[in-house]
Amino acid sequence: MQRIGVFVCWCGSNIAGTVDVKAVAQALGHEPGVVFSTDYQYMCSQAGQDMIKEAVAEHRLTGIVVCSCSPRMHEATFRKTAQAAGLNPYMVEIANIREQCSWVHKDMPVGTEKAIILGKAAVAKVHLNAPLTPGESPVTKRALVIGGGIAGIQTALDIADAGFKVDIVEKKPTIGGKMAQLDKTFPTLDCAACILTPKMVDAAQHENIRIFSYSEVHEVKGFVGNFDVTIKKHARFVKEDICTGCGACVEKCPMKKIPNEFNLGMDNRPAIYIPFAQAVPKVATVDPNHCNMLKNGKCGLCARVCTAGAIDYTQKDEYIEEKYGAIVVATGFNPISMDKFDEFAYNQSKDVITSLEFERLTNAAGPTAGKLIRPSDGKHPHTIVFVQCVGSRCEACAQKGKEYCSKICCMYTAKHAMLVRDKYPDTEVYVFYIDVRTPGKNFDEFYRRAVEEYGVKYIKGMVGKVTPDESGVLKVQASDLLDNKQLHIDADLVVLAAAIEPDKSARPLATMLTASMDTNDFFTEAHPKLRPVESPTAGVFLSGACQGPKDIPETVSQAGAAAAKVIGLLAKDRLKGNPCVASSNELMCNGCSSCANVCPYGAITYEEKEFRMPDRTTAIRRVAKVNPAVCQGCGCCTVACPSGAMDLNGFKNDQIMAEVDAICK
Amino acid sequence: MQKVTASQLIDRAAALLADGTVRAVLGWKKGEFDYDITPAVFESEEELKASFVFNDFCGANVSKYLVRHTKKIDGKILVFLKPCDTYSFNQLLTEHRFDREKVYAVAIPCQGMADIDRVKAISGDGIVAIDCGETIRVTTLYSEAPVSVNLADVLEERCANCKSKKHVAYDELIGEEGEVLDSARFDEVARLEAMTPDERFAFWQNELSRCIRCNACRDVCPACTCEKCVFDNPQSGVENKAPANEFEEKMFHIIRAFHVAGRCTDCGECSRVCPQNIPLHLLNRKFIKDMNECYGEYQAGAEVGTLAPLVDYTLDDPEATDVLTRRDCDA
Repeated sequence: MQRIGVFVCWCGSNIAGTVDVKAVAQALGHEPGVVFSTDYQYMCSQAGQDMIKEAVAEHRLTGIVVCSCSPRMHEATFRKTAQAAGLNPYMVEIANIREQCSWVHKDMPVGTEKAIILGKAAVAKVHLNAPLTPGESPVTKRALVIGGGIAGIQTALDIADAGFKVDIVEKKPTIGGKMAQLDKTFPTLDCAACILTPKMVDAAQHENIRIFSYSEVHEVKGFVGNFDVTIKKHARFVKEDICTGCGACVEKCPMKKIPNEFNLGMDNRPAIYIPFAQAVPKVATVDPNHCNMLKNGKCGLCARVCTAGAIDYTQKDEYIEEKYGAIVVATGFNPISMDKFDEFAYNQSKDVITSLEFERLTNAAGPTAGKLIRPSDGKHPHTIVFVQCVGSRCEACAQKGKEYCSKICCMYTAKHAMLVRDKYPDTEVYVFYIDVRTPGKNFDEFYRRAVEEYGVKYIKGMVGKVTPDESGVLKVQASDLLDNKQLHIDADLVVLAAAIEPDKSARPLATMLTASMDTNDFFTEAHPKLRPVESPTAGVFLSGACQGPKDIPETVSQAGAAAAKVIGLLAKDRLKGNPCVASSNELMCNGCSSCANVCPYGAITYEEKEFRMPDRTTAIRRVAKVNPAVCQGCGCCTVACPSGAMDLNGFKNDQIMAEVDAICK
Repeated sequence: MQKVTASQLIDRAAALLADGTVRAVLGWKKGEFDYDITPAVFESEEELKASFVFNDFCGANVSKYLVRHTKKIDGKILVFLKPCDTYSFNQLLTEHRFDREKVYAVAIPCQGMADIDRVKAISGDGIVAIDCGETIRVTTLYSEAPVSVNLADVLEERCANCKSKKHVAYDELIGEEGEVLDSARFDEVARLEAMTPDERFAFWQNELSRCIRCNACRDVCPACTCEKCVFDNPQSGVENKAPANEFEEKMFHIIRAFHVAGRCTDCGECSRVCPQNIPLHLLNRKFIKDMNECYGEYQAGAEVGTLAPLVDYTLDDPEATDVLTRRDCDA
C-alpha cells in the first residue's frame, strides 16, 4: 500500500477563486492510502516545495499527488522536488485543477466537485505507479533546415556559425525563397537582393552548410537527437559539381516559351534555366516537362554547347539518407490563388495583378527591367488602385479567403505606393483598406510618410467590383466608409494584396514530422508565448512564415531564435530519455507484428524465443521487443496489440482504468 | 462444377504422406452424428481411411489449427482449405502465427455448406443418417424413406452470401479455381443500419441476451489466436466467465468484434458454432462494411502482409473529417 501525500495549490486566486481548496484537501485526505493532505497558496514556490519535502520525511510518503496547474507547467518542478526528497520522480502525479477545472468553471461548488474527482483519479493512479528510470540516447550533431528562404538561410547560418553541421533542403532549383523575388524592403527601402544575396553566398560558402537544392524531404523517422531523414534530390539533368553557370545552354535552348515561375509567369524562360542571376547554387536545371530531349529524345542542343560537359539526360532522382539531431521547418508561404475572387477581375484583365507580381514588375531584374508598365499594353499607368485584405480577415467569406490577418500587406502596400509616387509623380495612387496596421519599429512613421509626404490617397473602405471596359480601363467601384459614399475610379492598374497561406508542402511534412498544425495549416508552437519557436514535437523547431504570417525582420529574429534552440540541443552529447516507454509481456505476445506496424519510430523488433509450453514441451515463439532508447512512449502499440501484451510504463492500462474508475465512481 | 469427394482427398493425402512430403494431415472426421463433423489430424493412411470425411457439412475452417499443430510436429502438415479458409490462412500468416514452411496447403473447391437447422426444417428431427451425394439424403427415425434435400435450399447463410470461390493461397489445387464473387453479404448489415438506434439496440439486446458465454465463437475464430486471451487474463479487467449483468453480455461480443476488426476475414465460423444462433458475424461485417466505406475496399487475408486500414497510415489517407462525412454517423 502506498503512503500518499496530497498537496492542493491555490495558485493565488487562479484555482482558489473557483475551487474550495480546503474542501478538496479535506476530501482527498479521506481517500484510501492518503496519509497527509494539505493546501497552500503557491505549491511551486520554494516554500511550497519545502512543504512537500518535509511531508515526505515526516509521513514517510511513497507517492505524491499535486493538485495544481497543467503538468506541462510544473510537473518537472514537482518531480525534482520528489527526487530531492528521496522519492522516485515518477511517483508524482499532477491533477490539473486549473486549466481543466478552475479556469473553465465559474461556480465554486461545481469547480470544487470536479477538482475532488480529478484528485481522486490521480490518487488512484499513484497507487499503481512504479519507480521508473530514464535511459539515455546520443545526439547526432547535425541539423536539417527544411526550406531555403530567408528563414531557412538565417537559421542555417546561425547554427553553422556555432560550429554545427547544417543541411538546407530547398525544393526549388535555388535558395532565396520569396525574399529573392522582392524589390525593396520596408521600412528602410533597401533592395531585397542586396541584403539577401550576401547571405545566400555565405550559406553556399560556409564550411558547415550543405545545400540540397531541387530536393525534398522524402521520409523522416526517429526522434529528437536521432532523426533518420531521406532526402529526395530531383534529377536536374545537369551535373551540379561541373556546371559553371555560364548560361550558354540557357541562351541556345530552342524551347523558349515556358512561363517563368520566378517572374510569376509574366515572362518566359527556356526549358533549361537558371532562375535568376544570383541563384545559389548557380547551376542550370532542365525542366523535364518541357525539354524536347527528355520528352522526345530530339534536340540535345544544350549538351552540345556546354563546354564543361555538365548536361546529363540520364540523371535519375537520387535518395540521400542522413542522420540529424534537430530539424527546423522553414517552409514559408505563398499568396493565395485569386481564382475565387472574380469581383476583382484578376482572371479577366492582365492589368489586375497581385502584390508579388507588382514586386516583379518594379524589380530591376524583373520582366520589365524595373519599368512600371501595364502588362496588357506596356503603357505607363496613370492611376493605380491598391486593394488591401484580398482574402485576409475574411470572416464572411472564409470559404474563399482566410480569417486571419496576413500581417505584411499594409506595410508592403505603403512601400509600393510610396515607390510609385517617388518614381512616377504623375501617377495617382489609391489604397483601399479596412484598417492600416503598422505595429513595428519605424512602421507607422513609414506609412505616414506615404500619406503625408508622397500624397498616397488612403481610403477606408473596400473595393466592391473591378470591371475592365473595352478600352482596357479598369472601372473600380468602391465605398468610402468615412465619407459614406460610393466611389467610381477609372484605374490603369489594380494591385491586389492577396492573403498569404502556408506552402502546400507543409501539411504532408507535418505528418512526416508528427508536428501539429492549426486549421490554416500553420505549424503550431509548443507554447504560443513561452516556446514560440519550438514545435510540440521534441527536436522539431519552427522558423519564419510556416508558423504564421511574418515580415522579414520578424522572420529573421525567429530564425535566430530557432537556431539558438537547435544549438542548445546539439551542444548536448546525450539526451535523457523518457522512461515512459512501451514494454511487451512476452508470455502474452503473439508476435503478430501489429505493434511494429503502427510504431512511428521503428522501436519494435522481433526475436524467436524458446518458451515452455504445457505438457513439458517447449516451443519457439516470435515475440516483440521494444528498444527503450528509440521508443517515445506514444502508446500506439498498446492499442494495436490484440492481446494486451504491450503496455506503456507510467501509463499502464490498469493505471488508466483506475483513473477512469475513480472518475466514474 | 464437379464436387470433390472424400476418396479423392484421401488418396492425395495418402500419397503425400507416403512420399514423405507431409507428416500429418489436417482435415475433418465424423462426429456423433453424420452432420456433426469436426476437424481432425491424421497421421497415416489407415487413419484417413477409417475416419476422414469430406461432404456438405465440412463447414469447419481448419486453418486456425495450424497455429498449434505446426508447432507440434516435425516436418510439414497437409491442410485442406476451402476458398474462405484460404483467407484465414493468409491472415494468420500475416500475423506470423505459424511457419509457412511447415505447411503444405491443398486447395479444394466448395459449393457451399449445408446448415443442419435448415435441413431439419425440411426433413424433420430425429436424423439417424445423412448421405451426401448429388442431393442430400436424410434418413430420420420418423420417415419411411430417406428425404432428399437440395444443397442449394439448405445453404448456410454465409455460403448463400459467399464472398469468394477463389483460393488466395495454396501449394496445390484439386478441382477448378473459382472467382471472387459479388455477394450480398452486407445487405443484412444495411438493414440494421437503417433501423433507429433504439430498434437496433433492441435487436442486439434480444440477440445477445441469449449468450451463455460458452466461448465457442472465440475458440473457433481464426482471428482469436492470442497466446492469452484478454477474457482469460485476470489482469485485463474484462476477464469474466459468465456475464454478471446485461451490460457484460454485450461487452463480451463488442470487445471481441473490436479485437478482430480489420483482421476478421468474414469466414462466419462464429455464427456457425453459436449454440444460441446469435448472428455474431453481423457485428464483424458491420466493421468490414464501415472500413470499406471509410477507407476503401479491404479484404483481410486476400494477400499476406497487408495492413488493415485501422492499423495502417499513408499520406493519402482521408482526413478524419472526410471519413466522418463519408458515412452516416447517426448513432
